[in-house]
Amino acid sequence: MRVLVLADHDAGLLAPATARIVQGATALGAIDLLVVGDDIAAIAQSAAALAGVAKVLTGKGSLAADGLAARLAALAGDYDYVVASAGSVGKDVMPRLAALLDVMPVTDIVTILGPTRFERPIYAGNAVQTVTDNQPRHILTLRASAFRPAATGNTADIEALDSDIASLVTLLANHRTLSDTPDLATAQIVVGGGVALGSAENFQLIEKLAKRLGAAVGATRAAVDAGYAPNDWQIGQTGKIIAPDLYIAIGISGALQHLAGIQGAKKIVAINTDAEAPLVKLADVALIGDLFETIPQLIAELDKRGVTH
Amino acid sequence: MKILVAIKRVVDHNVRIRVRPDGTGVETTGVRLSMNPFCKHAVEAAVQLAEAGQGAASPTEIVIVSVGPKAATDVILTALAMGAHRGILIETDADLETLAIAKLLAKVVDEEQADLVLLGKQAVDDDSNHVGQMLAALTNRPQATFASEISIVGPALEVTREIDSGRQTLSLPLPAIVTADLRLNTPRNAALPMVMKARAKPLAVRPVAEFGVDLSPRLVIEKINPPAERAAGRTLGSVADLAAFIADDIAQMEAL
Ligand SMILES: Cc1cc2nc3c(=O)[nH]c(=O)nc-3n(C[C@H](O)[C@H](O)[C@H](O)COP(=O)(O)OP(=O)(O)OC[C@H]3O[C@@H](n4cnc5c(N)ncnc54)[C@H](O)[C@@H]3O)c2cc1C
Repeated sequence: MRVLVLADHDAGLLAPATARIVQGATALGAIDLLVVGDDIAAIAQSAAALAGVAKVLTGKGSLAADGLAARLAALAGDYDYVVASAGSVGKDVMPRLAALLDVMPVTDIVTILGPTRFERPIYAGNAVQTVTDNQPRHILTLRASAFRPAATGNTADIEALDSDIASLVTLLANHRTLSDTPDLATAQIVVGGGVALGSAENFQLIEKLAKRLGAAVGATRAAVDAGYAPNDWQIGQTGKIIAPDLYIAIGISGALQHLAGIQGAKKIVAINTDAEAPLVKLADVALIGDLFETIPQLIAELDKRGVTH
Repeated sequence: MKILVAIKRVVDHNVRIRVRPDGTGVETTGVRLSMNPFCKHAVEAAVQLAEAGQGAASPTEIVIVSVGPKAATDVILTALAMGAHRGILIETDADLETLAIAKLLAKVVDEEQADLVLLGKQAVDDDSNHVGQMLAALTNRPQATFASEISIVGPALEVTREIDSGRQTLSLPLPAIVTADLRLNTPRNAALPMVMKARAKPLAVRPVAEFGVDLSPRLVIEKINPPAERAAGRTLGSVADLAAFIADDIAQMEAL
């Protein structure tokens, strides 16, 4: 079986999600990894290092869905599977590709049970569908957080596609969130803050604890809507899906749309004034208390113990 | 200008769903159903664009379309009460796949020759996030998904999208397809007079067979299960206990 995987990248670096998609997709067959963008030479090198990759293909041009889906459709004839991560690029382009090929896609896969059998969550993760896809070609997106990263050390060939990928859409501006915390979707530890933080300034308390633990920062929709945190920090049904070893949820009630994004977390810690909050009930351990007192105390305790990550 | 908004009737987002014990699906009988929240943002965006275009040479017409059972007329009425002008229900009791829905909608886009098609980015039942993108493919139009801002600038559309690294702003030529995210706007609650007026607006109910689309499913849904349950937790007595728990957990992580 032949698999074409679409790589994700950001700010000149291969996204951590891609190593996980490659690892997931190795269960399906030999992988060609497609990197699309401008200035992608260094990204292609990182892509070629991933174990399981037979060949890296590079395409110059736009990631906008119209042109990218058309190019993927032209390439798809050589493959049994076309796979992307269920991130913002994969969600944008893969259904478009599927419709061009008259294929029904299977998206947000969390388990690959076999070559044609997959599990995907529905209803904000409150139910899990087992799907069989007997179509001649398979268009899939996988949730990066559900798979382990592929090893590196490979030196796959890199081959450039011959023509540029064009789009009817013009990019006017990118408003990137600048942060030196790890990638949220693949982080080993995540510290999340809710609307209880009360302001963008107070939200820095969450960031401070996250930095202390080498953790990524997450937020609820309510915190993002209130302007305390940028949109790409939102965790949940409509935000990012995380599966860290440790999730520390601070001042977060645990609405079902938020819980949708954290079901894969191994350990959950909740800090909340309300002992009845759904997230407190769900957590492995909970601390009942005011976050404005407990977080500075926690940082001091971690310092005292010399905890680093 | 003509705007087509495609909407879906789903289990209300506040309902805690129950998976049927026999694995055949989610219990929907006796459960409150309403307009998918993302679709409400799409309707609101259309109404706001129409309001912004008031006084233009030709007023904006907003057409609502939904695919679903007869009862889905209630969400179309909600959209009409919010300010849309007429509705179309493509009536079917079947639970259609997103590809089939997109094919039906493509027929309507063709009939209506809409300049702009707005949809919610995903429906909160199957969480697919497919239909707008598929419709854009089938109608060969540019797309902007996950929109948090939309404006019409001359002959083009400017859309800000929420993406993994933050936001980006695109310009796309019309006709185009846009899917709405939750921060796009705050949907209005229609006042009673608007609800009354909505009942007088045209609403065509058309049987799905009329469209001549092959609706047979491509995927086999074997079963639907509840997610794995988490082990019960405990409450800690002090911040020091929490620091110890975190230290232990990190030590375990690093040992692996
Ligand atoms: C269609 C749809 C999609 C959605 N998608 C998402 C999504 O992707 N992600 C998401 O997060 N939400 C999503 N939501 C919103 C969700 O329903 C909740 O509204 C949101 O998650 C609540 O955020 P919160 O926990 O910050 O706020 P609240 O629910 O208000 O909870 C605040 C919590 O802070 C606690 N608290 C208050 N003060 C303190 C203090 N001093 N110290 C400690 N604790 C304190 C309170 O006890 C409470 O538990 C969605 C909603 C809809 C309708």
